[in-house]
Amino acid sequence: MNQSFTSLAYLVAAVLFILALRGLSHPTTSRQGNRFGIIGMVIAVAATFLHGGMDWGWALVILLGIAIGGSIGLVVAQKIKMTALPQLVAAFHSLVGLAAVFVAVSALNAPQSFGIGTPHHIHTESLVEMSIGLAIGAITFTGSIIAFAKLQALMKGTPITFRGQHQLNGGIGILILVLIVAFVISGGSTVLFSLIAILAFALGFLLIIPIGGADMPVVVSMLNSYSGWAASGIGFTIGNLALIVTGALVGSSGAILSYIMCKGMNRSIINVIAGGFGNSADAGPAGVSTEGKAVKHGSADDAAFIMKNASKVIVVPGYGMAVSQAQHALREMGDILKDDGVEVKYAIHPVAGRMPGHMNVLLAEASVPYDDVFELEQINNEFATADVVYVIGANDVTNPAAKTNPQSPIFGMPILEVDKAKTVLFVKRGMSSGYAGVDNELFFRDNTMMLFGDAKKMTEEIVQALGN
Amino acid sequence: MTPADLAAQAANLAHQASVLAQNAAGVAAVAAQSAPPAAPFVFLFSIFVLAVFVGYYVVWSVTPALHSPLMAVTNAISSVIIVGAMLATGLHGSMVAHVFGFLAVVLVSVNIFGGFAVTNRMLAMFKKK
Repeated sequence: MNQSFTSLAYLVAAVLFILALRGLSHPTTSRQGNRFGIIGMVIAVAATFLHGGMDWGWALVILLGIAIGGSIGLVVAQKIKMTALPQLVAAFHSLVGLAAVFVAVSALNAPQSFGIGTPHHIHTESLVEMSIGLAIGAITFTGSIIAFAKLQALMKGTPITFRGQHQLNGGIGILILVLIVAFVISGGSTVLFSLIAILAFALGFLLIIPIGGADMPVVVSMLNSYSGWAASGIGFTIGNLALIVTGALVGSSGAILSYIMCKGMNRSIINVIAGGFGNSADAGPAGVSTEGKAVKHGSADDAAFIMKNASKVIVVPGYGMAVSQAQHALREMGDILKDDGVEVKYAIHPVAGRMPGHMNVLLAEASVPYDDVFELEQINNEFATADVVYVIGANDVTNPAAKTNPQSPIFGMPILEVDKAKTVLFVKRGMSSGYAGVDNELFFRDNTMMLFGDAKKMTEEIVQALGN
Repeated sequence: MTPADLAAQAANLAHQASVLAQNAAGVAAVAAQSAPPAAPFVFLFSIFVLAVFVGYYVVWSVTPALHSPLMAVTNAISSVIIVGAMLATGLHGSMVAHVFGFLAVVLVSVNIFGGFAVTNRMLAMFKKK
């Protein structure tokens, strides 16, 4: 096919990808956006098939590859539980990273296929782009594997730290840069190329192990960003417009999400990457002294009684709701209360769950209408007018210490001001503190009632009690 | 948002994109005159920088409720790296390129189909009252 036609097709694909993201500005337009994305991908793949010089025998092999990968992808997408979304996304990121590595290997080995020179005579700028794509792709791959292992609980979520960790990572990073320069000067040495790959694989691994399980929303967003930059790097190598534009879109998307997540925790990105958060040892003394204080605890019947007599209930879900799969029972509870004329709303903290927007998806899965679900800024003023707040599986995001105690490790973090409501119902398994290792003084307040038990079981019991 | 609004916004975006493309083409033309070997990089880099800006504004307009689908769909579209994998597999390069290209095609196909399908599954669940 004519070169400029192919380029035009890639441009159209890139524009459709932009529209795919634009559609996500509202739930009503989002599915149309997704269709734009699919059309864009079909156009990009079709244009590549029509590339001059495509061998038809190998084109069949490509189709076979698409069929194999595509079937796996479709099955996984159908089977995956919505609670397991974060690890699925992490796994997907790792695939993009590894694919970038493979394409970089191919580009070094057969540069003529990409029009960037001949073996051992590759254009200098292509060597630069290729090695950068390789390094970012490799970091994305191993980093995402570790994130996946932590989210899937194949690996403990606690940060793995050791002395000199940051110096080691920094050293490897600098070494990779030096090797990239050497690789370019050498005119494409295979040995240096392999060394860059090995070091980048190691760096991806080392970067993610010190980051704790609860910081995963930031990590997943960050890796999302990396996978975009890796795609862009490869796009520069092979001079492909669709790839460069898409990589830039994805890269900035992941970066923005990381920023939003960090803001939600009032931490800098550097602080998160440096890791080690959640070592309760250093958080202990700073917490409010809660020894000797008593908590009031109640039963499902008590909770049902209180909620039935309320006129406004706000539900605050957290990761605990996802773990115990309580979203369906929660929606049932909401339905019964609504039938009784109670106003029911849901309040979502930006860092609730293990990936951005995780709680919204889980509530949507349980058929909670999205217009009942509110973000922190939208709903924070309403807690004062609420009769009951039902906190299920969340803790740190409600802790008033974030506003009142400058010594607290979570000081400055924006919180949902549930303490302003008349009654706070806390569903918790026990008195353990949240991931930040901080005691929550709310538990000991007079207007707080603790409901000890599994989030799902407790909610189901309340549903039953409400039915009676 | 009504479909008409969306269409208007889409048209607007398409217009912006075409303006960007024209600008980029202009930059490329200037670069091509001055230094032929450097032209492709400058051309591609201008597109890259402009695309980062487009990405910045588009992503900030995404509603926080849809941040999970955003991650899934960005993951799916970043799999457009399949273009590189296909060229490696399908052109008369080398055996190494064929093999690694094929492996990359399989990997990103998982992503493309899985990413769009899971996004669709998520979006289908978001319902109004």
